[in-house]
Amino acid sequence: MMETILEIKHLNKTYPDGTEALKDISLSVKKGEFIVIIGPSGAGKSTFLRSINRLSEPSGGEILFHGEDIVKANRAKLRKIRRNIGMIFQGFNLVKRLPTVRNVLHGKLGYMSTWKGALGLFGQEEVEEALDILERVGLEKQAFKRADELSGGQQQRVAIARAINQSPSMILADEPIASLDPNASRVVMDYLQKACRDEGFTTIVNLHQVDFAKEYADRIVGIKNGEVYFDGPVHELTEDVIKAIYATDKEAMPV
Amino acid sequence: MIKNKETFRQQKKVQNSIFTFLAFAFFVFSMLQLNIVPERIVRSIDRLGYIFSNMFPPVTNEPLNLFGAAIESIQVAILGTILGVLISLFLAVLAAKNLTFSPYLSYFIKAFAGFVRAVPALIWALLFIVAVGLGPTPGILALAINSIGMLVKVYGEALEEIDMGIVEALESAGATKLQVILQGVFPSVLTAFTAWSLFRLDVNIRYSAILGVVGAGGIGWELMKAAQMSRYDEALMVTIVIFGMVMSAEVISEFMKKRTNAATAQALN
Repeated sequence: MMETILEIKHLNKTYPDGTEALKDISLSVKKGEFIVIIGPSGAGKSTFLRSINRLSEPSGGEILFHGEDIVKANRAKLRKIRRNIGMIFQGFNLVKRLPTVRNVLHGKLGYMSTWKGALGLFGQEEVEEALDILERVGLEKQAFKRADELSGGQQQRVAIARAINQSPSMILADEPIASLDPNASRVVMDYLQKACRDEGFTTIVNLHQVDFAKEYADRIVGIKNGEVYFDGPVHELTEDVIKAIYATDKEAMPV
Repeated sequence: MIKNKETFRQQKKVQNSIFTFLAFAFFVFSMLQLNIVPERIVRSIDRLGYIFSNMFPPVTNEPLNLFGAAIESIQVAILGTILGVLISLFLAVLAAKNLTFSPYLSYFIKAFAGFVRAVPALIWALLFIVAVGLGPTPGILALAINSIGMLVKVYGEALEEIDMGIVEALESAGATKLQVILQGVFPSVLTAFTAWSLFRLDVNIRYSAILGVVGAGGIGWELMKAAQMSRYDEALMVTIVIFGMVMSAEVISEFMKKRTNAATAQALN
C-alpha cells in the first residue's frame, strides 16, 4: 500500500456572485500517482486544481497535504507548502524577458531568504543545478536565450524545469498543452511523465483531450458541474462514461 | 425626426455665436484692463531694440562660472531624476491595483501623485527654498517630487498591464511578495520604465535650467543676475549655453530611447 500524500475532504468553492464552482469534492491521492482530470470547460477542473495550492481560495473543506491542512495554513506556512508543490500553467507563465536559466532558478525562490531571492543572488551550485535540469528537458542549448525566443513547447518545458527545480513532492499542471500543437503537446507530456516517474512526483494534470488523458494517466478523475463524476483507472473509463461526462448540461457552470 | 434635427442644428448655431461673442468680449476687456494699448506696444518695440543692440556680441565675464553653473544644473536634474525614480518605483507598486496591499492605499497614492503633479516644479522649488534654504538641494527635491507625480502614474499604468500569470507562477513556487516583484514583475516592465525615466530626465534638464531663477541652484541664477544688472550680452550668452544644454539632453535621450526601442524590437522578433 502506498502512502496517501493528498487527502481532499468536502472541498467547496463558491464565487462571490453565488456560482458554486466546486461542490463537496473529496479525493484521496497516493504517492507517485499520475492523475488526469477531465471534464467539459467550466466544469471546475481549473478551480479545483488552483484550490489545492490556494491560488484560488476554497470556501470550505480540508486539503491535507502530507497531513497538513493547506486551507488553514497562514502565509508563512502556505509559502513552505507551496514550494513543495510545483505548478505548470496553460500560458507557461515565464518571465519572458529573462534568460531561460533564470526562469528555472525561480523555482528555488521559496527556499531562499526574501532579500537574497529578491535580488537574484543565486549561488554557483544553484546555477549548475538549474543547467542540469534544463539538460534533462532537452534545452541545454537554450539556457541563456531569453524565454520569449523559445517556441511554445520549449517554453512549457522550461516551466517543467522550473517546477522540477522546486524539488517538489507533487506537481499540478493546469491544461499544460492546451495552447500547443499536437507534436509539441506530445513532447511536453512525455517530458512531464518522465520527470514525474524519475523523481517520483505525484502528479495531477487537467486535460481536455481525452485521448491524451487515457494515454498518460494511471487514474482518471472526471469532473462535471463541480462534482466528481468518475474516479477510476483508465480501463474503467468507457465510451459511455466519457459521453456522460461531456454531455451538455443546462446547468453547466460558466467558465 | 427631421424637424428635431433642424431645431437641434439651429440651437447649436445660436450657442456657437454666443460663445464667439463672449470670447471676443473677454479678449477686448482683458486688453483694456491690462492696459495693453497700441502706444504701449510701440514704446516696448523701442525698448526691445535697445536690449537687442546691447545683446551682441554675447560675452561672458567668467567662463568658468558659467560652465560650472551649467554642470550644476545638469547635476540637479540627474540627482532629482534618480531620487524621483527610486521613490516612484516603490510607490508605483503600492499604487498598482493588481499588486497593492489594499485598494484604499492605491487610491491614496494615486491621489497624492495627482496632487504633486498638478503643482508646477517652480512652486515646489520655492517651497523647498523656504524649507531648506537656497542652493541646489531645494532644486533636487523639487524635481524629485515633481517627477514622482508623473512617474508613479506611468509606472503604475505599466504595472497594471502586466501578465498576472507571472505573479501566480512565482507565488505558487513559494516566492514572497518582494521576490515576485523584483524577480518577476520588474524585469517584465523594465523597457517601459527605462523609456519613461529617460523621458523624465529630459524634462528635468529643461526644468533645472529655470529653477535657478528662483535661487534653486544652477545656470538659471546666472541668467537672473545678468538680467537684473542689465548685462544683456551676458544674458544672451547664458541663454545660448542653456539652449546647448537642452539640445544635447534631447539628443542623448533620443539616442537612449532608440537603443531601448531597438532592444524591444529585437526581443519581439
